Amino acid sequence: MTSPSAPRVRDPRVVAIVAALVLIVVETHAVAQPASRPVNEQDVYEVAAQLRCVVCQNLSVADSPSEMAGQMRAIVRERLAAGQTPAQVRQYFVERYGDWILLAPPRRGFTLLVWLAPLVAVLVGLTIVTLLVRRWTGRRRVAPPAIDAAMSERIRRELERES
Amino acid sequence: MTRAWRWLLPLTAVPVLALLAYGFRLNPRDIPSPLLGRPAAPFVLTAYDGAAMDLAALRGKVVVLNFWASWCYPACYEEAPVLERGWRAYRDRGVVVLGVDIQDKDEAGRKFIGDFGLTFANGPDRTGKVSVDYGVYGVPETFFIDRQGSIRVKHVSALTDQMFRQTVEQLLGEPVPPR
Repeated sequence: MTSPSAPRVRDPRVVAIVAALVLIVVETHAVAQPASRPVNEQDVYEVAAQLRCVVCQNLSVADSPSEMAGQMRAIVRERLAAGQTPAQVRQYFVERYGDWILLAPPRRGFTLLVWLAPLVAVLVGLTIVTLLVRRWTGRRRVAPPAIDAAMSERIRRELERES
Repeated sequence: MTRAWRWLLPLTAVPVLALLAYGFRLNPRDIPSPLLGRPAAPFVLTAYDGAAMDLAALRGKVVVLNFWASWCYPACYEEAPVLERGWRAYRDRGVVVLGVDIQDKDEAGRKFIGDFGLTFANGPDRTGKVSVDYGVYGVPETFFIDRQGSIRVKHVSALTDQMFRQTVEQLLGEPVPPR
């Protein structure tokens, strides 16, 4: 429109079409803008690292090169871009796959056992070791044979002679 | 001390044995779906033949939603004829079969449909969103959706004729929801 030929395009139809096009472009941007905000890749990684790659063995969505994991990372990115918190995105997956999708089992209910069992095992082990140590050292706690005065006198004399 | 030992060892063993007994009775492949009884997530896919596959438009019908892939051999190959037979037998009674091809190449997917002569709607899930919405972790997986739009049964591995018939008959036997 800034070209020297601009005054020639005064045809109202052309103006109307251009105006309509400009409106469409502005509208699409206005609609698209609030839906996506910049996403920190570190946030995507952190959520993906907590999710189990469903088609792998012991790999997180962040670490798996599989197509499915790639799609799941894209979903994580998209949801974060839409303004969801990492916890909400994680919940989205849990609602569909169950706690199974989380690599670290939640610290409640039955899976609390997974977190407590090692502690209990260590405590039981410590108790056993303590009991054993007390038993072994207890046995040697026998009183030494009494030394009569004559014997101690003799030991003293022999030590003196040595030095 | 010896009396304590006599009790301590069995007492430690009991919970461990109980846990193992419980664990070994479970089928590790049987992952319970939290989606059972919940409304099926709506989706719109474009089928390979260009038609729209819109789940929301099928409310009031029993929907058999099958996730498959052409590389899923042999289970998906065993299942494809079952789905086709089921579709032909029940299409006039308000049952719709939908196939969602996941993690696949279009060419291979089309060939699979052609090889088995599948006549029900089949479309690719290119973004994986439908798969994740249904908590799919492998193929084949089949979801039976009742006429009210709730997921009622999730079946992992190849579907059999009997399973198809039984589940569909059960869902068809339920009263039609008021619209």
